[in-house]
Amino acid sequence: MRVIRYEEIVEKVATMCQEANFELGEDMMNAFHQALKTEKSETGKEIISQLIENAEIAAREYMPMCQDTGTAVFIVEIGQDCHIAGGSLTDAINEGVRKGYQDGYLRSSVVRDPIGRKNTGDNTPAIVHLEFTEGDRLKLKMTAKGGGAENMSGLKMLKPSDGVDGIKAYILDVVRAAGPNACPPLVVGVGIGGNFERCAYLAKKSLFRPVGKRHADPDIASLEIELMEEINKLGIGPQGMGGTTTALDVKIEVEACHIAALPVAVNLNCHANRHKEVVL
Amino acid sequence: MAKKLKLPLDKQAIQDLRAGDRVLLSGTVYTARDAAHQRLYELIQEGKPLPFPIENQVIYYVGPTPAKPGQVIGSAGPTTSSRMDKYTPTLLEMGLKGMIGKGYRSEEVKKAIVEHEAVYFAAVGGAAALISKAIRSVEVIAFHDLGTEAIHKLEVENFPAIVIHDVYGGDFYEEGVRAFQQ
Ligand code: SF4
Repeated sequence: MRVIRYEEIVEKVATMCQEANFELGEDMMNAFHQALKTEKSETGKEIISQLIENAEIAAREYMPMCQDTGTAVFIVEIGQDCHIAGGSLTDAINEGVRKGYQDGYLRSSVVRDPIGRKNTGDNTPAIVHLEFTEGDRLKLKMTAKGGGAENMSGLKMLKPSDGVDGIKAYILDVVRAAGPNACPPLVVGVGIGGNFERCAYLAKKSLFRPVGKRHADPDIASLEIELMEEINKLGIGPQGMGGTTTALDVKIEVEACHIAALPVAVNLNCHANRHKEVVL
Repeated sequence: MAKKLKLPLDKQAIQDLRAGDRVLLSGTVYTARDAAHQRLYELIQEGKPLPFPIENQVIYYVGPTPAKPGQVIGSAGPTTSSRMDKYTPTLLEMGLKGMIGKGYRSEEVKKAIVEHEAVYFAAVGGAAALISKAIRSVEVIAFHDLGTEAIHKLEVENFPAIVIHDVYGGDFYEEGVRAFQQ
């Protein structure tokens, strides 16, 4: 049994929150540069150039790339032979988020209750998903998820007979309806299967895979590529002002489901696709 | 090439703008998002004076991150405009001439833009660090208790934006997408 201290998690989480908001990953920067070469709209090119410059300023000056510094969402892979000492894992993550957001001058974008809508003032609580694994390691994966793209996401319980065509049609519908509001160019996260809540989780989880990295299953990988081509034919383009770069990538995760079900969830992510990962 | 424009906008400048034009704005803008809009709207309903002279002005839909010591403002990109749609026609009626945000507007807002000869600009959503460099000064002028949502008076210089809705009913979201749909 390996022991991981509460304070260690707090520190790591605080740093992740800041780095995620200040430094856009290499995968995204590469995708921007690639899109700049292929984009056909002049306005679209200008927008992508602004996004590159924006990311460079943010990284250089240690300031958030977007003012919506997001909800802090974590997927934690916890080895069953690891023990956390000094407090609960959830408390440690929330304390880390509080510290990271406050010390980093990041915006608090969470309200205590959805109806009263009073800001909690420190961007907590984080949203924490746990996955148990073998071994004694603790892996923390974090994303700062902005409201604009999250608001345009969707889930639908399709019929098995709708098949792949139905799945594709629904994904295209969600992207089309989002238009400029989700801040394209997008990364489109898709969950297929599971059940109602599991499907939404799969869509979110798919977004943690680096941009440009295909699914291990070749059939799913080719569905990702096919969807990306079809999405980019919609013409929505950077910021919804027209162009050939609507999605920088499409990610799909699939899981077993009920014989009567075909759930599909589409979790949109904007170009501020902020991810960090650490292993303790 | 981007057109340079002085704020507040005069009638002629507004009439010269067309959907799709890239502009660099310099002058005064006021920030307001959900909560501030609701309060402005309530003041108007009650027949009370507004905390700033809205006539001919431009409102920017933004809730910046807190400024670090030594910064004028934190990251300050546009927020989704449609959340303000409910209040916008009333503000246009009061003389508001421009809005900067991101994303679609409702049919009522589009109609009101044409009727009151105003303009809707989009700034690049998420280009918040870049945009903050165009903001030269910041002063909170109303609703202090709202924090990031308070009304701030900003002086901007070469603030990059794109015309989405012009006085002629032009709609760059529609036109732009149509041109690239396959
Ligand atoms: S959708 Fe993303 S890029 Fe756009 S404002 Fe929200 S967090 Fe920023």
